[in-house]
Amino acid sequence: MEDAAVQPVQVHAPPEGFIRKFVFSLDHKMIGKQYYGLALMAVFMGMVLSWFMRFHLVWPDAKIPGLGAIAPTGAPGGVITPEYYLSLLTMHGTLMVFFVLTNAPFAGFGNYFLPIQIGAEDMAFPRFNMMSFWTTLVAFIVLVSAFFIPDGPPISGWTAYAPLSAVGKDAGPGLGWGQNLWAMSIALFCVGQLLGSLNFIATTLDLRAKGMTLMRMPICTWAWFITSCIGLLAFAVLLPACLLLLLDRMAGTSFFIPSGLVVSDRLQNHAGGSPLLWQHLFWFFGHPEVYIAILPAVGIVSHVLITSMRKPLLSAKVMIYSMMSIGFLSWMVWGHHMFVSGMNPFSSLLFSFPTLTITIPATIITLIWLGSLFGANIQINSASLFALGFVSMFVSGGVSGFFLAQPSIDIYLHATYFVVGHFHMVMGVAAIFGILSGTYFWFPKMSGRMMNETLGQIHFWITFVGTYCIFMPFHYLGLVGNVRRYSSFVDDFMAPLMPVHKFISIAAFITGAAQLIFLYNLIHSRFRGKIAPENPWNATSLEWSIPSPPPWNNFGDKHPVVFHDPYQYGVKGSKGDFVMQDSPEQVVGGWDK
Amino acid sequence: MASTVVQHAAPPPLAERHGRERATRSGIWVAIFAITMSFAAFTSALMVRQGSGDWKHIVPPPVIYLNTVALLISSITLERARNRATSGSRPQLRNGLPWIVVTFVLGLFFVLGQYLVWRQLAAQGLYLATTSNSSFFYVFTVMHALHLLGGIVALTYLIAQITSRQGQPRWSLFDGAATYWHFMGVLWLYLLFVISTRL
Repeated sequence: MEDAAVQPVQVHAPPEGFIRKFVFSLDHKMIGKQYYGLALMAVFMGMVLSWFMRFHLVWPDAKIPGLGAIAPTGAPGGVITPEYYLSLLTMHGTLMVFFVLTNAPFAGFGNYFLPIQIGAEDMAFPRFNMMSFWTTLVAFIVLVSAFFIPDGPPISGWTAYAPLSAVGKDAGPGLGWGQNLWAMSIALFCVGQLLGSLNFIATTLDLRAKGMTLMRMPICTWAWFITSCIGLLAFAVLLPACLLLLLDRMAGTSFFIPSGLVVSDRLQNHAGGSPLLWQHLFWFFGHPEVYIAILPAVGIVSHVLITSMRKPLLSAKVMIYSMMSIGFLSWMVWGHHMFVSGMNPFSSLLFSFPTLTITIPATIITLIWLGSLFGANIQINSASLFALGFVSMFVSGGVSGFFLAQPSIDIYLHATYFVVGHFHMVMGVAAIFGILSGTYFWFPKMSGRMMNETLGQIHFWITFVGTYCIFMPFHYLGLVGNVRRYSSFVDDFMAPLMPVHKFISIAAFITGAAQLIFLYNLIHSRFRGKIAPENPWNATSLEWSIPSPPPWNNFGDKHPVVFHDPYQYGVKGSKGDFVMQDSPEQVVGGWDK
Repeated sequence: MASTVVQHAAPPPLAERHGRERATRSGIWVAIFAITMSFAAFTSALMVRQGSGDWKHIVPPPVIYLNTVALLISSITLERARNRATSGSRPQLRNGLPWIVVTFVLGLFFVLGQYLVWRQLAAQGLYLATTSNSSFFYVFTVMHALHLLGGIVALTYLIAQITSRQGQPRWSLFDGAATYWHFMGVLWLYLLFVISTRL
C-alpha cells in the first residue's frame, strides 16, 4: 500500500494500431499535431476568402472561377454580390479568430509541449483531451458546411450582432440555417476549448516533475497556463451567449430581439429583448479572446528569442507578472468595443481607463524584449527572424490600440479600416508570426527532421515586407474615413483611395502566394528533411532533453528531475554556453528564487 | 517494469497522493469555476433584461421546494457514504455503496420532479418563449438539470466501478463526484433564490 501510493500511475497504455495512434489518439503530442493540422486547413481557407474579398474590392465585376458553382445565389456567375461579400468576411473572421488563432498557438503547440516542458508523461485527462480535439473538428465541419447550404453562410460578421443574427431569415441571405450552423459550431467550439483549458490548468498545477516549481517553468508554459485560465472563463461566457442566440432563433424567445422590430416589411414576433445584451456577452468573451490569441505567441517568441540570443531576458519574472496582469485586466475592458453603441458615455470612461492601463504591461513586455536584445549576439535563423518580426508587428499593431482606446478618437475611427488595420497587425500578423516562429523552432523536435533554412528565410522576408505593405495602409484608409465591411466604395470621397486598395490587394496576393513556400517546406521537410539531432538549437528546456520525435510517454521510463530555471545561457564555467534544465550542474543566480 | 494502476481503498494523505489524483481534484474545481462563470453569464443576461418592462412575477409550482429538499438530502446521504467508506476496520468504497445508491435515487427524483415543475408551468400557459420571465425560468432550471444529469452519470459510473469485480476504483473518482454533487446543490440554492426573488 505504501509502495502503491508513490508508484507512478501510467496515464494511458502505449498506442497500438492506426486508429489509436493517428485518429482517436490519447497522446497529447498527436492531439497537438491534429490541432495544428486543423489550424493549417483553416488558415488557408481563411486566406482564400480574404483573396476573394480583396479581389472584389478592386475589381467588383470580376467573375471568380468556381465560386458561381458553390454559391449560385451569393455569387451568380462568379460575381460576388454585396451580401455574399458580408458572408465571406463573416466566415473569414470566424475561421481565423477561432480555428486558427485559438487553435494553433494554444491548443496546438500548448498541447504538444506543455506536458513535456513540465516533465509530465501526458496531460492530466487524455480522454478529455481527445474529446476536445474531436469536438473542435466537428465544430469546424459544422461551420464550413454553411458554405454548401442553399442560402449560404451568415452575413452578420464574426461578431454576429443581434438583432441581425437573431431574427432569422427575414433579415437577409445566410441568416436562416447559415446562422444556426454558425451558432452551433461556435457553441461546440466553446465546449472543446473548455475541455482543453481544464486539461492545461490541472496538468500545470499537478503534474509537474520533481524540482519543477511554478517559477521554474519556461515562459511559454506560463503563457499557455495564463491563456488557459483566461480561456476557461471566457468560453464559459460565450457558450451561454450562443445558446441564448440559438433559443431566440429556434425557440421563439426574445433575449436579444426588441419589440416592434419590422424586418423586410415583416413584424417580428418577439418582445422585450436587448440587442445590447448580445454585445455585452460577446465582448466580455471577445476581449479576453484576443489575449488568448496573442499571449501564447508572446510566450513562444520569448522562448525562441532567449534561445537565439544565448542569454536570458532582463527579467523573466517581470515578463510573467506582466502576462498575468494582461490576463487580469483583459476582463475589465470589453466595453471599448462598444463606445459607439449608445451606452452611457460615463461607462466609456470606465472602460477606457483600464484599456489604457493594459498598455502598461504590454509595453513592459516589449521593453524587456528590446532591452534583452540590446547587445545580444542573436543567432539568425527562420525561427528567430519570425520572433523578431513578431516584436516589430506587436509594436506596430499595438500602438494603434492606444488611439482606439480613447472614446473621443474611437467615435471617428470605429468601423473604419483603422480598426481593421489594428487587429490584423496584432492578430493576423503578429500572432501568426508567433505560430510560424514556433513551427520553425519546434519542427525538428516534432518530426525528427530540420526544415529548409533558405526557404524559411525567403518565406520570412516576403511575409514580413508583404504584411507591412498590406496592413499599414489600412490605418491611413481608416483615418481618411474608409468604412469597413463595405463591399464597394461608391462614395465620391473614397474614389481617390482605390489605388491604395489596389496596392493592398496585389500585396495580399503576393504575400499569400509566399505562404505556399512555407507549406512546401513543411511537407517536404517532414519526409525529406535532414535528420535532426536531439537538440539542434542547443536549448535548455526539457523538450530538448528527449529524442526527436519524442517517444509515446515523453521521457521513457525516466522521470525528469529539474534543478534550476530553464534559461541558463551564457553560464560562466559550464561546458558549452548553456546548462540544460535537468542537469544537476551548479548554476549561479537564476530567477526561480 | 509493467505498468501499475494505483488502487486506493481509502483516501491516502494529501501529501502522498500522486499527481493524477491531485489533478482530478483540481480538475473538478476548475470545472466548477467554469460552470459558475456560465451561470454568472446567464444571471447578468437576466439583470440586463429586467431593465425592460413587461416583467410578470412567476410563482414557482410548490413541488420545486420538494425537489430542493430531495437534492439537499442527497448531499447528506453522499457524505454518509463517505463516512462509511472511510471508517471502520477495513475502510473501502464498497462500504459506502448503499448510501451512494440512495444519493443516485434522490438525484433522479430531483430531475423527475423538475420535469413535473415544467409540466405544471406549461399547464399555466407558461412555455419557454411565453414571457421573458418564463424564458429565464426554463433556461436556468433546464441548464441546472442537464448539469445534474452529468453528476448522475458520474454516480452511475462510480456505482458500476464499485460493483464490478475488478477491484476498487480510485478514491479521486468518489471525491470528485461528491464535490461536483455538492456544488450542484449549492448552485440550485442560488438559482432557487434568483427564481423566487427576481423572476
